[in-house]
Amino acid sequence: MQAITKLTGPILVLEQENIDTDQIIPARFLTATDFDGIGEHLFADWRLDANGEPKPGHVLNEPRARRSPILVGGHNFGCGSSREHAPHALLGFGFRVVISSQIADIFRSNSQNVGLLPVVLEADQHATLVQMDGEEITVDLEECNVVVKTSDGVEHCWPFSIDPFARHCLMRGLDRFEFLNQAEDAIVAFEENR
Amino acid sequence: MSAAESLFDKLWNSHLVKAQSESTPAIIYIDLHLVHEVTSPQGFDLLREKGIGVRRPERTLATLDHSTPTLPPDANGQRPYYTAQAHRQVQALRDNCKEYGIEIHDWDSPYRGIVHVMGPEMGATQPGMTIVCGDSHTSTHGAFGALAFGIGTTEVGHVLAKQCLLQSKPKSMRIKVDGRLPENVTAKDLALNIIRYLGMNGGTGFVIEYAGEAVRSLDMEGRMTLCNLTIEAGARAGMIAPDKTTIDYLRGRPRVPQGDAFEEAATVWLQLASDEDAVFDSEITLDASSMRPSITYGTDPGMSLDIGEPVPRADSKSHEKALEYMGFEGGQQMSERNVDVVFIGSCTNGRISDLRAAANVLSGRKVAPHVRMLVVPGSESVLRQAESEGLHEIFSTAGAEWRLPGCSMCLAMNGDLVAAGETAVSTSNRNFEGRQGSGSRTLLASPETAAASAVLGHVASVSDLDSVEIS
Ligand code: SF4
Repeated sequence: MQAITKLTGPILVLEQENIDTDQIIPARFLTATDFDGIGEHLFADWRLDANGEPKPGHVLNEPRARRSPILVGGHNFGCGSSREHAPHALLGFGFRVVISSQIADIFRSNSQNVGLLPVVLEADQHATLVQMDGEEITVDLEECNVVVKTSDGVEHCWPFSIDPFARHCLMRGLDRFEFLNQAEDAIVAFEENR
Repeated sequence: MSAAESLFDKLWNSHLVKAQSESTPAIIYIDLHLVHEVTSPQGFDLLREKGIGVRRPERTLATLDHSTPTLPPDANGQRPYYTAQAHRQVQALRDNCKEYGIEIHDWDSPYRGIVHVMGPEMGATQPGMTIVCGDSHTSTHGAFGALAFGIGTTEVGHVLAKQCLLQSKPKSMRIKVDGRLPENVTAKDLALNIIRYLGMNGGTGFVIEYAGEAVRSLDMEGRMTLCNLTIEAGARAGMIAPDKTTIDYLRGRPRVPQGDAFEEAATVWLQLASDEDAVFDSEITLDASSMRPSITYGTDPGMSLDIGEPVPRADSKSHEKALEYMGFEGGQQMSERNVDVVFIGSCTNGRISDLRAAANVLSGRKVAPHVRMLVVPGSESVLRQAESEGLHEIFSTAGAEWRLPGCSMCLAMNGDLVAAGETAVSTSNRNFEGRQGSGSRTLLASPETAAASAVLGHVASVSDLDSVEIS
């Protein structure tokens, strides 16, 4: 898992509310037994035609989409199924951070487990941000803030909160399993005492 | 005296291996881990990577459901898998279960079925348990007074390896539904009404306990339907306190204690109910008597209406996009929409009571000629029971296809598909864009409504059938 401390790049906005994991990665791409190459199927039904060719005009098919590490999605991003293929597909495509005004529970924990940073902003900040497609944004996990400097000189700095353990692991690229593994004695004690 | 606890508090506290601290999550113990072919292979890879085994194979139970075909094998005994990769994925689960000593319900098992149908039928799902599965509809098992929720593949690996999960304690919500559901209003309609009320994110961050007369008077299958759909309001888990209905359902099932041991267990289970003065972070009260048969018109399960109401006019860009995808106009009557496909099945409504309800509507009637109707039992047990009651004949005579158990048309990965542009009335749980196939349009409803729509060939409720003679 790659560590995340601070990332800068142009924002890519998908304004639609309730973007569910069936959109992020449709079920027909879930039959593989690994996650290799899954990024190529990200948002397949939005981005690609029936022959798998990119649909002209979709924002995710613009060359800048691959250069942008930061995706801003509409309210309630990642709802629906528990498929971890969803954060893997976003990572595989090149995103490292997803920002919304609400992120679904299972998607959030899956993202933290695989090294995609979920950031939740206040509704009004998020509403401002979705108007800033293409502007440069910096997400700083050390400082827990998001900074946008628009081309016309306006600067925004918004703090966000994140679960401290998730932050600790994401910043160091740590596998959360190790924490569980170190609790072996407590697990044994629990099993013996019940 | 200790503080009053809710059902959820009791389950959480009794499974704490390590309490939450300011900088670390809690570690909770998992009693039952359900596994299927789609979300497990990378979890088993974690074991190999770390060189460890499955900690508690006896607490792990596997089945084939998502990517399995629902048509029978050919003359050579070959199953018609949708893709070679789907077949390989099933084989991978088989191999993993063999290697790690996990009980798997394969094609030859009399219990094989959709993971959330099979667990309760076998009595593997029991009150007071923590239950997880790499599937968001694990919330179904909460109907038994268990804490049950969906997890991701990395966490599947964690549970295989340590039988534990890292979790922060969610907030609690109680939804009390007073009064009785009117005739022809089902558990599915109740759930759609609750999701409409909460919105598809109103439950995010919460575990929901359902209470009140309307919930208590549901049978176990109805309770499972309700808890199953909890995730569609964003909450990870839904639960209902165990009562006599729960105990009666479980008695005698293969995996529960038998004889006196069962009655002893039952006494403990009945004590799990929330204490009278338990405190919830959020409390909601709804009235069942005003609820009507419902159907979705949009692209999330929160977008539903009472059948007979016009489609609402779009009030946001997202709403507009949803109506456009579905091919609806604000103000339009749902009954104007012709139906191409009807699907009865899934972990939401693929149980025996659901098939009986659909058969009851179809008995003596015919599926409209332009409608393709699939009836897919949720498990081998449901299939056997239905066939012993002759339900399969009612379906076939009416012109519906009777299939083998599996997730089928609930999600488009096993070959059972709705074509682009087609409208399906489906008893499943998600009407997301493309959920039943690229470009498919899904209307979620109860088995009764789905069957009535199949007969009339357009969106209809059971009461619309009064004008149709039974032959
Ligand atoms: S029936 Fe549908 S929702 Fe249920 S487990 Fe299968 S795919 Fe998931």
